Amino acid sequence: MSALSALLVRDVRIALRVGGGAMMGVLFFLTVVTLMPFALGPDLALLRRLGPAILWIGALLASLLALDRLFSADHDDGSLDLLLMGRVPIELAVAVKGLAHWLTTGLPLVVAAPILGLFLNLEPKAIAAVVLTLLVGTPALTFIGLVGAGLTVALRRGGLLLPVLVLPLTVPVLIFGVAASNAAVVGPVPFGTPFTILCALTLMSLVIGPFAAGATLRHGLE
Amino acid sequence: MAWIDLANPTRFLRIVDRVLPWLTAATVFAFAYAINGVLGAPDDYQQGATVKIMFIHVPSAWLGMFCWGMMSLSALGTLVFRHPLADVAAKAAAPLGAAFTFLCLVTGALWGRPMWGTYWVWDARLTSVLVMFIMYLGLLALWRTVEDPARAGRAAAILTLVGAVNLPIIKFSVDWWNTLHQGASVVRLGGPTIDPSILIPLLAMTLACTLLFVALHLAAMRNEVLRRRVRTLRLLQAQTARGV
Repeated sequence: MSALSALLVRDVRIALRVGGGAMMGVLFFLTVVTLMPFALGPDLALLRRLGPAILWIGALLASLLALDRLFSADHDDGSLDLLLMGRVPIELAVAVKGLAHWLTTGLPLVVAAPILGLFLNLEPKAIAAVVLTLLVGTPALTFIGLVGAGLTVALRRGGLLLPVLVLPLTVPVLIFGVAASNAAVVGPVPFGTPFTILCALTLMSLVIGPFAAGATLRHGLE
Repeated sequence: MAWIDLANPTRFLRIVDRVLPWLTAATVFAFAYAINGVLGAPDDYQQGATVKIMFIHVPSAWLGMFCWGMMSLSALGTLVFRHPLADVAAKAAAPLGAAFTFLCLVTGALWGRPMWGTYWVWDARLTSVLVMFIMYLGLLALWRTVEDPARAGRAAAILTLVGAVNLPIIKFSVDWWNTLHQGASVVRLGGPTIDPSILIPLLAMTLACTLLFVALHLAAMRNEVLRRRVRTLRLLQAQTARGV
């Protein structure tokens, strides 16, 4: 257990220090959301209607952008090999790395969402709904992304392959995240229905992600 | 003959060489029968002659899904049993599955233009097939990025299994998404019941296309085995030329 908490602390610390790039995701999030009104026009009513979707797309892309870093640095300096050879099961180590990654890239997106929601003229109720769905949904994005990150680091190929592999798998999370946010404001279904399904998707990805990513590392780096 | 006997590529090639001509002949006969039936099938009273597109559309859709199921079994063969031909089977199947899924999308679009007045709608079924097509392309891209076939095979196997878990979820969520937004105008292919005069040619066509798939798949597996042999020989040649 102490090995896992040490790993968690180490990963969070690396991400927060110089070169870690933890805040880069938030910056990217801000940029994407700022670009949207330029493309859609400054119509506040339209932005209010599209707001939850814009925030979700921005968060999805931002968390995708950070995935590249998940294993690559550890692979470069050899600590990933140590993790693979260590006594801790690689699935657990991968899960902890995913948690650390979410704390440093996913959670800041959730914290930034209310401010960006103001830019998009969202009413308080909608902002609360988006924040809540992002809080529940971004772990799913990270843990689905673990699989793609594992594949690309094991194959030593990054770049555009990662989003192509990961994005189709995130379709359900996006659908239910946006649906729950919209349901809170306009209905017609109650907020709880899509939201509980979103929770279920997150729980599933928490189980499947580490196992699949562990398998990619084990098979890819042997 | 045990399942494991096929693990020997030479024996596999010999069996394929013996089976493939018969399979090809069976495919040709099945297509002859099916096309004869399709030409004899009456036009739909509403759709007119465009109903004929369905005879290609439905088998393609079936094969697109069937192929992913088969690749998932192959992936288990790669990861669990380490069967040497399992990743050959998966690699040979992926382009075929992508091609049939593409055919399904294109025929659907061609049918949709006169029937719905548009090539594309964001209907649940269309969308989930599109996502599946993108996942096929991702898998092909993964195969193409790694030189070592064994490594690429294991990586692709994991992705295939993750996809197999996800495809039903995507299908379900897309259904939910669509019914939420345009529940009143759910477009549906075909009626609730199909007349035997159309159903029998359709089933014949499905059988013929499946035979075609199996024949193409075996041929592609044979080519893949041969390609890997050529690759190994080239590597050996390069090594000896350098005097290593």
